[in-house]
Parts: sequence; C-alpha cells; structure tokens
Amino acid sequence: MKAKEQIAKIVVFIVLCLLAVLWVYPVFMILINSLKGDTFISTSTVFQLPNAKSFVGLFNYQNALSSKGFAAAFGYSLVITVTSDVLILVCTSMCAWYITRVHGILSKVCYALFVFSMVVPFQMLMFTLSSTADRLDLDTPFNICIIYLGFGAGLAVFMFTGFMKSIPLEIEEAAMIDGCNPIQTFFQIVLPILKPTLISVAILETMWLWNDYLLPYLVLDRKKYMTIPILIQYFRGSYGHVEMGPMMACIMMTVLPIIIMYICLQKYIIKGVIAGAVKG
Amino acid sequence: MEKAIRKYWPVFVLPTLAAFSVGFIYPFVQGLYLSFCRFTTIKKASFNGLDNYAYALADSEFWHSFWFTALFTVVSTVLINVIAFAIALALTNKIKGANIFRTVFFMPNLIGGIVLGYIWQILLNCVLSILEKPLLALNATYGFIGLTILMCWQQIGYMMIIYIAGLQSIPDDYIEAAKIDGATTGQILFRIKIPNVMPSITICTFLTITNGFKLFDQNLALTGGEPAHASEMLALNIYNTFYSRTGPQWKGYGQAKAVIFCIMVIIISMIQLRFTKSKEVQQ
Repeated sequence: MKAKEQIAKIVVFIVLCLLAVLWVYPVFMILINSLKGDTFISTSTVFQLPNAKSFVGLFNYQNALSSKGFAAAFGYSLVITVTSDVLILVCTSMCAWYITRVHGILSKVCYALFVFSMVVPFQMLMFTLSSTADRLDLDTPFNICIIYLGFGAGLAVFMFTGFMKSIPLEIEEAAMIDGCNPIQTFFQIVLPILKPTLISVAILETMWLWNDYLLPYLVLDRKKYMTIPILIQYFRGSYGHVEMGPMMACIMMTVLPIIIMYICLQKYIIKGVIAGAVKG
Repeated sequence: MEKAIRKYWPVFVLPTLAAFSVGFIYPFVQGLYLSFCRFTTIKKASFNGLDNYAYALADSEFWHSFWFTALFTVVSTVLINVIAFAIALALTNKIKGANIFRTVFFMPNLIGGIVLGYIWQILLNCVLSILEKPLLALNATYGFIGLTILMCWQQIGYMMIIYIAGLQSIPDDYIEAAKIDGATTGQILFRIKIPNVMPSITICTFLTITNGFKLFDQNLALTGGEPAHASEMLALNIYNTFYSRTGPQWKGYGQAKAVIFCIMVIIISMIQLRFTKSKEVQQ
C-alpha cells in the first residue's frame, strides 16, 4: 500500500512537471526569439536557441522602444491603469458604504443597477459608449478613467458591499458620537478596516485595466494614443511584412513587468482572485 | 447615524453615479433604442421597428458564430474544470513544490488576451507548419482547437486556485473519519471531497461558461475569425458587423445582434443565480 502510494505520487509529480514546462514554454519561446535578428525568425528556426549568427542582443528591444512607440504605449497604459484604479477605489468604496449603511430607494436602485452592469457584455454598449465619450471629450488617456469608473463600478461596489456588511456598526457609531462627520468617519475608520478588500479590488481591476483592449481601442483617439494591447494588435493587424523581432521584444516587455509584479505580490493576487470569485 | 450619512449623498454616491450614468446607463439605454433604428451615427438614426432583429435572426453567419461559440463554451468548460480540479487535487495532496506549481499555472491569467493570442498564434502556426498542416487562419477546425488550447492554458490556473481554496476548507476530520471507516481514495473523492466543494464547482463552471461565451480578445488575436468568418465567435461577429462593413444598415444589425447577445448572457447569469441560491438552501 505504502509503496503504491509512493509510486502514484512520483507519477503525479512528473505529470505536473511536464505541465509546468508546457505552461512556461510559450513565454520562453518569445524570449529566445526576441533576442534573434528579424531575418532569423522563421517557422523552421523558431524553436532553436539563438546562436552566434542570429543573436542580436537587445537590438530588438532598443528598436521597439525608440521607433515602434512602445515607450509611449507603456506610459499611456500606466497612466490609464493608475488613474482609473485610484478613482475606482476611492469613489466606489464611498458609494458602497452609503449603499450598505443607508437603506432607501437610492441605495436599492443603485445596487441593482451595479449588479446588472456586471452581467452586460461590452458589445452591447461599445458603439454608444465610444460616441458618448467622443462627445464629452473623454477620449484621452488622462480622462478615460471616468469611463472606466462608470464601467468598472459594478464589480467594485459589489465586492465592497459584500465585505462592509460584516463590519460591525458600533465602531462607526462610536466615531460619529465622538463628533466625526460621515466623511471623517469614512476616511479615518472605515477605509483602514477595508484595506484587505481594497487590495483585492485593486488587483482585480488592475488585471482588467492593464490588459483591456477593446474599450481604449474604440474610445481613445487612435492616431494619438495607443496602449500596449492596441500597439501589439497594430503590429499584426497592419497588412504586409510583420517585423517579428521588435514584436517579440514588445510582447516580452509587456509580459515581464506583469510576471515580476506577480512574483512580488503573489499572496495578495491569489487572495484577491479567491475573494472575487466567491463574491462574483 | 443613517440620517447623518443620508445628507452626504452628493459626496458619497454622486461621483460614482455620474460616471456610471455616462459609462453605463446612458449608453445602455441608447443602445437599446438604436437597435430599433437604421443609423450610421447617433444623430442620423431613423426608426425602423424590428427590421434589424429580423435581419440578425436570419443571418446565417450570426447563427454559425452562435453554434461555434456554444460548442467552444461546452468543450472549454468541461476541459478547464476537469483539468483544473485534477491539478488542485494533486496540489492539495502534500506534493513537493506545490507552491511553485501553483505560481506557474496561475501566471497566464495576468497576461492580456491580445498578447496571449499572439503568443499562441506564433507558437501554433510554427507547430502546424512543421507538421505540414494548414495554418490557423486557413482552417476553422484548427482555429477551434487552437482557441481551446489557449483558453485552457489561460484559465486552468485561475480555476485551480478556486478549487484549491475549496478543497482546503474541507475539515481534515471528515477525511480522517472516512479513512478510519475504511473508505478508499475513490470513495473519499466522490463522497466527501466533491460534495464539499460543490460551491466552488458551481462558481468555476459559470465563470468558464461566461468567459467562453463573451470571449473576444483571444478570438481576435488568434484567428481573427478567419477563414471567411468560420472561426468567428459571437462577440467578434457583432464587432465585425459594426466596424468592418460599410453601408447604412450594418450598424443597426450589429446593435440588434448585441441586444440578442446581451439577453443570452443575462439568461446564463439568471440560471447561475438560481443554481447558487438552491445550493445555499441545501446547506
């Protein structure tokens, strides 16, 4: 019995190792090809490691950064993600607090609409949303966060209200009796208690914002601003010769920061995912 | 206290509600209205009743994309959940390096759909050309298989995390007690582990169903709907009806398709809600 279990464990371990290789390989393939010269990337050589002839060092990376607009795209993606994240966290947590603490028509209607908005697919509003954004001049990376606040509010409010129901009312009441107004109570008492949920929501929203393609593609003024996913789509989408080298470098530079972030914040990310799944 | 907070509603609710109106309510209502119109821009819209819906429901490409999506959703849901659950079982069974495996399997989730799509397009096309098979963009069957592989690669880690959390929340006593009573590994799995993680299974199943149904980025990046719209899923079909056709009628058709699509997704969510509610009653 014991020996059998031991063997089973070893077999499972080997299978998992093989799967893990399969999981890492695609990224590894991009990495090795991003170090090759453009002419050396073809279907027959794509699985080979770079050799003395095809190795070009970081040339592709320099090329992508200087002439392919990667640096600007990275900057815009960063601006959009950070501003939208901050705005979503602050505004929706306040809104969620109101909804959980005040029982009235406004709260009920808002909550129902927020939950509904989580279900509706983006295709339903893509045309009208982009023309609304156009008319209100919300088509730059600096104020697209307002659109994101509106469109991303559903999930955030839902998760915040789920958690706030479990915060005891007494703490807030004590603060109010001691003379805090609601705004002080919220920022000094409620927000610190919310910290774990804030991190979870921030992570879920960041995963969405950083990778979102269609919304910025339709809303932003495309000639002026490109985010990373738009840039990569643009690489492939433009017909004719695709410059594989710089494209591989771009993909690598998109993936690398995410992987580094992930390894540093793994604990929080996994907690955030579980919280989001249980609530969602 | 409620009264005090109530007075502050412009501070607490208004910013979110204003943005929500601009970002969701207004476009939603307008989209619903426009689905009954012939339009090219919002200002140039003329009411034409149910024509758009009649066209959308008679459009064979739309139906093809519906069946393609439905089949894809079923296949990917089954594969993802079975594999993710198996990996979660293995990882909760005191295996060496469980944390490293967890880290590796979850990683693709953080990479966006467009980037994932291209990584796999390059990889799969190279594999296919070495095997001397048609490329992804030339054969819808390979496109389908490619999409399934891609979705498995991306989502197994996510579902695995949820299953691990579910499995870890089963009290050890249950399993100990079963072992003392002489239960086999299979019995422990089917009689104790699976019934106790039913909530996780419901969550994961519906997550994969909605993810599959709404899939857009990966579809666009991996196959782009080629060849001749054969690997086009619903979301991409709607997008193409809107933006890659010229003519005054197409936007209305697209909007009507979007409303139909939206209704389908809402129905799936309602079934999900029903399921989760009935499970809660049982517990």
